Amino acid sequence: MAPRLKLFLPLIIFAVMSIFLFRGLSLDPQSLPSALIDQPLPEFSLPVLGQDRLIQRQDIVGEPALLNVWATWCVSCRVEHPYLLQIGTSGVPIYGINYKDEDAAAQRWLTELGDPYRANITDREGTLGLDLGVYGAPETYLVDANGVIRYRHVGVVDERVWQTILQPLYQQLIAEGGNGGVGG
Amino acid sequence: MIPEIGHFALIIGFSLALILATVPAWGAWRRNSRAMALAPGLAVGTMVFVSISFICLCIAFLQDDFSVKVVASNSNSLLPPIYKFSAVWGNHEGSLLLWALILSFWTAAVALFSSQLPLLMLSRVLSVMGAIGVGFLSFMLLTSNPFARLLPGTPADGNDLNPLLQDPGLIIHPPLLYMGYVGFSVAFSFAIAALLGGRLDASWARWSRPWTNVAWAFLTLGIMLGSWWAYYELGWGGWWFWDPVENASFMPWLAGTALIHSLAATEKRGLFKSWTVLLAIFAFSLSLLGTFLVRSGVLTSVHAFATDPARGLFILIFLAFVVGGSLTLYALRAPAVSSRVSFEWVSRESLILCNNVVFLVATITVLFGTLFPLIMDALGAGKYSVGPPYFNAVFVPLMALLVPFMGLGPVSRWKRDSTRRWQSELAVPTIVAVLCGLTLPLLNAQYNVWVALAVALSSWLLLGLLRDLWYRVRGAASLSVGLRRITPSYWGMFVAHLGFAACVTGVVATSQYNIEHDLKMKPGDIEVIAGYEFRFVELVPARGANFVADEARVEVTRHGEVVALLAPQKRRYLATGQIMTEADIDGGLFRDLYVAMGEPIGDDGAWAMRLHYKPMVRWMWLGAILMAFGAFTTVADKRYRRVRAVASAPASEALHGA
Repeated sequence: MAPRLKLFLPLIIFAVMSIFLFRGLSLDPQSLPSALIDQPLPEFSLPVLGQDRLIQRQDIVGEPALLNVWATWCVSCRVEHPYLLQIGTSGVPIYGINYKDEDAAAQRWLTELGDPYRANITDREGTLGLDLGVYGAPETYLVDANGVIRYRHVGVVDERVWQTILQPLYQQLIAEGGNGGVGG
Repeated sequence: MIPEIGHFALIIGFSLALILATVPAWGAWRRNSRAMALAPGLAVGTMVFVSISFICLCIAFLQDDFSVKVVASNSNSLLPPIYKFSAVWGNHEGSLLLWALILSFWTAAVALFSSQLPLLMLSRVLSVMGAIGVGFLSFMLLTSNPFARLLPGTPADGNDLNPLLQDPGLIIHPPLLYMGYVGFSVAFSFAIAALLGGRLDASWARWSRPWTNVAWAFLTLGIMLGSWWAYYELGWGGWWFWDPVENASFMPWLAGTALIHSLAATEKRGLFKSWTVLLAIFAFSLSLLGTFLVRSGVLTSVHAFATDPARGLFILIFLAFVVGGSLTLYALRAPAVSSRVSFEWVSRESLILCNNVVFLVATITVLFGTLFPLIMDALGAGKYSVGPPYFNAVFVPLMALLVPFMGLGPVSRWKRDSTRRWQSELAVPTIVAVLCGLTLPLLNAQYNVWVALAVALSSWLLLGLLRDLWYRVRGAASLSVGLRRITPSYWGMFVAHLGFAACVTGVVATSQYNIEHDLKMKPGDIEVIAGYEFRFVELVPARGANFVADEARVEVTRHGEVVALLAPQKRRYLATGQIMTEADIDGGLFRDLYVAMGEPIGDDGAWAMRLHYKPMVRWMWLGAILMAFGAFTTVADKRYRRVRAVASAPASEALHGA
């Protein structure tokens, strides 16, 4: 390679990088791959955190509920936790998916920070996460009474997200009852 | 009225920056010395008007002017005044204004302290900095005006500052960090000016070296403060999370570290010229990339400001312009032939080269880890997140690899050295260091091979430096005469390298020996960690200006003597209802005792408590302070002042040469 051409290498690398950055602008890291919206929640059979039993898809289907993906290694989950406690106390069923985590650490977390969950699905290997297309914790899914995923929120659920997005949708699902929705 | 004055001052600042970016640059091109001579005045003028604008925003915050949108969404009448002040940069618009303010400070500083620089060079440098200023000021005026009003519909009270940001550390963390980020714009501008002039020589390196060292020192302090803040404010005793935004500040630091070493070789030996220019471009580009990542919504992070794709697009175009433009210039103008100066494999040059390679690989590692989720997403290959395991797996061996080069570097000679001399210089330090590594960890309860390795490597660095210092002073008439003869540059290197050794020791010791107990405690309960007895004495209510709290009183005793009284809190902020954990820490050189409160359990007054014993955690931050202090020290070197006296010689040369 001619010596002068070699000096163009940094420019070329940067050009490639900016194409990705440009693509990144139009991709919302908080948006769901549309494939999973209005699709049934995948089947699973995983242990319940801190208990000696397994939990399956049918155990959580039946009423609209939130599925919250969290882990003790996740910084934002700690930020989100107080809101989940608030939402949980208001009577909304929340199921946790403890994602790629250690059981002991997760249980410590719940005793220390409070437990907003009906039950926690321990997804140590991230298999359920893979089926759901989890991008990273925290993530929250809204599942209707038929077990169909209706909404996915990537990132922290805070007061704004809850009041402007999730709560209206949740109320709508409650109103639809068990027979609304888009197939099961 | 005051916000409008601020807005107006910002527009004037923008106009002056626009003139600065164009007229002196045109003057440098046409050799019009009157146009070139305008540069320093314009630089100072820009600074004055951006400062006025910044002061106006501060006044709006301090006076609780909730008709201004950023004040309403980031402040509250109950907020203590000092946090009203720091809330100025606790948001997207205000922090941009701080960025622009600091840039205008650096530009004015270059204008004021480089009067001996050839006018041609100075006008080009200031024009480049003016152009960067234009980019940021127009970004602010077009997409993120900090003075936008909420009229009508002014809220009665503000939304409050995020409680996480209500902390003394956060008052100075962003300004320090920005001093570092923006400071690299000076090295960048010097590099661009040198490329424009077609002259890359030792004098260019000598001019930009002190600026680069100062910028690097500020960045070091900024990162250190961020880590310290995370440690005591986030409430779970971690100090580094490899969060995208942390990485965004760490990448310019890594590239900057390579740059300050490479500049040394360029200045002293005229080597690695193109390479050094490239590093200067990298360091500043990574600072800009950091700004892009934080504000564009491309990556999710706890630190991210409210995001907006329009803003992201603006920064991306700006980034493409600055980085793409400078890399194009580099490709066209950098000397393609390798320099005639030669050096042998066993020499200080090759060790500096090794340092550069390690730091560049480290930068690319962090860059790749940070952008990987984005790249995979853009390719449609799915969504990923890259966590600490990746970074630790690559980073720890890299830093360990660095130490041997670091130990040999300062004791080596330029151009040519011999391994035999290395052996004779470092034989004793090596033996003593191995002994230290074997014995010192015994002071702790359990022996740990990683700590032993870290202690051995750090003490090897320390002893090698001390032996080198001894060689330098032993010929002098007395010790004090010998010590006085040593230049500030050498002291700076000495202290900064010591700081690195302290940092390595601290990181490894605290990661390996950290003890953490999470348990349920009720008043009266006792828990023993590493010989310290933590007694939960009582739970009392507490009140602050804008929060109420439960405060636990914890008494720590050792061998029956009281060591510390700790009072961690669980706070509820009144304006937002946010719950915050406020840890309490008894700090020390050899150990920190850390208590944080979890949640209440049951009705008998029991709480989940988190107790930590963290040995030598402060060494990490002390090490960073030493590094920064060392970098500041080098600026005092007489060499840089002498340069100004002789700088007029290359001036005439540059005028007809370029």
